Amino acid sequence: MSLDGALTRRPRGAWLRLPRVWRSPLAVVGAAIAVAWLVVAVSAPAWVPYPPDAQQLPRLSPPGEGTLLGTDALGRDVFSRLMTGASTTIPLALGLVVASAVIGVVVGAVAGWFGGWVDEALMRLTDLVMAFPTVILAMVVAASLGPSLYNAVIAAVVVSWPQYARVTRSLVLGLRTLNYVVAGRLLGRSPVTSLVVDVAPNVVGPVVVLATLDVGAAVLLLSGLSFLGLGAQPPTAEWGSMISGALANFDAWWIGTFPGLAILTVVMAFNFLGDALRDAVDPTSRTERTAVGVASAPQSVELPVEEDRP
Amino acid sequence: MSRPAGGSPVLTIRDLGITIGRPLVHGVDLELRAGRIQGLAGESGSGKTLTSMAVLGLLPRTATTTGSISLAGTELLGLTERQLRDVRGRRIAMVFQDPSASLHPQITVGQQLTDHVRRHLRLGRAQARARAVELLERVQVPAPASALGRYPHQFSGGQRQRIAIAMALACDPEVLLADEPTTALDVTVQAGILHLLREVATERGLAVLLVTHDLGVMSAVADDVAVMQQGRVVERASRAELFAAPQHPYTRQLLAALPGSSLEEAPRGL
Amino acid sequence: MLLLLGVTLVTFTLTNLVPGDPIAAALGEGAAANPATVQAYVERYGLDDPLPVQYLTYLGNLAHGDLGRSLATGRPVASDLATAVPATIEIAVCAVVVSLLVATALGTVAAHRRNLVTDQVVRVVSLIGLSLPTFWLALVAYDLFFRRLGIAPGSGRLSPSLTPPPTITGLYTVDFMLDGDSVGFVDAAAHLALPVGVLSLFTIGLLTRFIRTSVLEVLDSEYVRAARAKGLGPGRVVVGYVLRGASLPILTVVGIAFGSLLSGTVLVESVFAWPGLGTYAYQAASNLDLPGIMGVGLVVGVIYLVLNLIVDVLYGVLDPRVRLA
Ligand SMILES: Nc1ncnc2c1ncn2[C@@H]1O[C@H](COP(=O)(O)OP(=O)(O)O)[C@@H](O)[C@H]1O
Ligand SMILES: [Mg+2]
Repeated sequence: MSLDGALTRRPRGAWLRLPRVWRSPLAVVGAAIAVAWLVVAVSAPAWVPYPPDAQQLPRLSPPGEGTLLGTDALGRDVFSRLMTGASTTIPLALGLVVASAVIGVVVGAVAGWFGGWVDEALMRLTDLVMAFPTVILAMVVAASLGPSLYNAVIAAVVVSWPQYARVTRSLVLGLRTLNYVVAGRLLGRSPVTSLVVDVAPNVVGPVVVLATLDVGAAVLLLSGLSFLGLGAQPPTAEWGSMISGALANFDAWWIGTFPGLAILTVVMAFNFLGDALRDAVDPTSRTERTAVGVASAPQSVELPVEEDRP
Repeated sequence: MSRPAGGSPVLTIRDLGITIGRPLVHGVDLELRAGRIQGLAGESGSGKTLTSMAVLGLLPRTATTTGSISLAGTELLGLTERQLRDVRGRRIAMVFQDPSASLHPQITVGQQLTDHVRRHLRLGRAQARARAVELLERVQVPAPASALGRYPHQFSGGQRQRIAIAMALACDPEVLLADEPTTALDVTVQAGILHLLREVATERGLAVLLVTHDLGVMSAVADDVAVMQQGRVVERASRAELFAAPQHPYTRQLLAALPGSSLEEAPRGL
Repeated sequence: MLLLLGVTLVTFTLTNLVPGDPIAAALGEGAAANPATVQAYVERYGLDDPLPVQYLTYLGNLAHGDLGRSLATGRPVASDLATAVPATIEIAVCAVVVSLLVATALGTVAAHRRNLVTDQVVRVVSLIGLSLPTFWLALVAYDLFFRRLGIAPGSGRLSPSLTPPPTITGLYTVDFMLDGDSVGFVDAAAHLALPVGVLSLFTIGLLTRFIRTSVLEVLDSEYVRAARAKGLGPGRVVVGYVLRGASLPILTVVGIAFGSLLSGTVLVESVFAWPGLGTYAYQAASNLDLPGIMGVGLVVGVIYLVLNLIVDVLYGVLDPRVRLA
């Protein structure tokens, strides 16, 4: 086969298939909810009816009696705290996902591309981190750093990057030997150029899927750590710590119910979106079944199941 | 059960049409006779497999079937799923192309040979096993008794297809559908399998439909041959007639593709 | 083995290289202000040795089965873990079994009704299961089923009126059964209901989508078509052929799900006052109880190894090709 031939046969990168995700109603619903929460996260401080920390209202008053969603044990407005909670959690969750993805992709690409002892060492480290249940490891890290929301974010990054490293490594390993990549190398591309030009486009799709699903996991982890008292500290308006505040006041059901629903809807939105993206990137998950004759399977990227979430 | 006399019609297909989204098979007529092998040839994609799956009622839910398929006077099209289950494996059995795919890799040969026997013939475990041993002996699988406890991957490809044939014969069916039964096998064992099909057809008065894209296989064992092209039967003849004097241009084209033919050489296997 | 060393090293490094002050955490701010108390404490636990020495000492003691004394509980870590680990295993195993059964049913139905309404409903339900904050769900379940409806016990492993069974496995339900005590068994099982139910929802979400995909692949296979062609009924085909064919990938993902269950238990245990590994880990972490944290890390490593071993063995049981290789 000629080198030119090999080059023209380069498959279209998985990211080119992403737009078809909008055919899925799940994706549309997920995106709509996610965008709504993002808008709240950005703008909430400007329009919430009360400052989130103001203890100026009657204590433990139920929803509808003067305030939309009631007040907590310190006379703070649950609705205002709920909306402000979005600005606390969502930007941090997005940031930590991006950070984990960048770290993981770099580690995975280096391991897969260079192989040898580099690969061995990096993958051992990855396995080691993945052997811990995420919450337990994050808890230890967060506790050692000292309880604070930012330390919780660091702890979450520490436990989140390995999944990206694994996926990237296996994709890079698979691609390294493909004809068009080898041909590119023979045509004189440096390893780094080749990694960027030939390999990167095929890694982007799966990593984007993983990251989208991971936003939900990040929100769950951050609010879980805060619930345990290892994340956000009082009086920060944060959903997990709002729920732990409900432990002392069970009869005031509104204190814990609404933050829980907030977490649920944010996580759900990103999970819907991520799931639809996975279908778009990995066509095998949707191929029509033919009862007669074996359907030829299109090339597939293997995506791991999501692991380890609180 | 009384067997129909040799040569009498067992399965009659009349004007069979199959549509899955678009029409794929049109007006197919076939007649399978006891003790005879009816060949069905044609290039890949011509509708051979669809036709045989229609006989078992195993087309996808989205398929519509027209015409008539009658088994010893009983119309099969329009039977309920439950009624069809009593026909499948019991009165009409099937051998698939690739035995390494059609035998379950995680289930012992013994269980795969007996589960439908126990359902259809209401035999006990011991009786079903005895029957399975007999069958394995008949299809010449070595050490039949110990073979029952083994798994498909422990046999060679040819032996696996023999096991698949034994499975098909297990309830003593009237009709055997063999869809490309030698295509996935080594050339060296193909003849043995075809020979076995020939023998069991004759000794059991079994009506066989032998589907293949390989006219070489046809010439070895089929009594009659039908040739399909694009969902239609374009030629129908006895084996001797077909190979001596093909009528349809498409059949000539197929024959020309056979190695060693006097006509223009073309790559084998269409 | 290497993994275990790695696990202890990582935990050790993490807890020592960071700014937290374990002595202050252990003694309380007041006592830590008293130099004599601090001195006594440091000497008692060998905290003034250089870190590598401390680590080696720890490993040496470990070889004798001595995990040190917890700074938080004051008891030997080994005996703390001996009661905490079975408590967690009990919920985790029950949750795995429950979710595997439910997810297999849902996933199989979804695969059979592929792209139809049922399939979409199952998909949405499992995605919602994945999105539920476990700790919140635990609170809601506690409030609803215990406080308001009173149909499930609220917290702990056993009603206060009962005494725990003689320890054989450490799993209360099993030990009561071995002891022939049906009252105790029912009580212990009832206490499992809420935590297991809460934990299962997440795992069901995780497993269902995966099982659906695996079953779809198998449904497409020639051996399933062959089983239908033999005239076997749908029940026999699904249980005997389809699920058996999908069992290997399902086993793999169940192993992974078990890991995520351990994460979930930390949060669920804290709500239901379940004296398990999660509660212990939380207590150790928030007190910067180094021996406690090391012990948890070690146990987690051991669980991980044992789990992998079990999965490997089951692989051999389920797949004859692996067994013989
Ligand atoms: N489930 C299905 N849905 C739509 N088309 C199908 C299906 N199964 C087979 N076909 C089409 O029907 C035609 C005949 O297929 P088949 O009977 O398998 O051919 P053969 O066995 O002769 O090679 C082919 O064009 C194939 O693409
Ligand atoms: Mg075919």
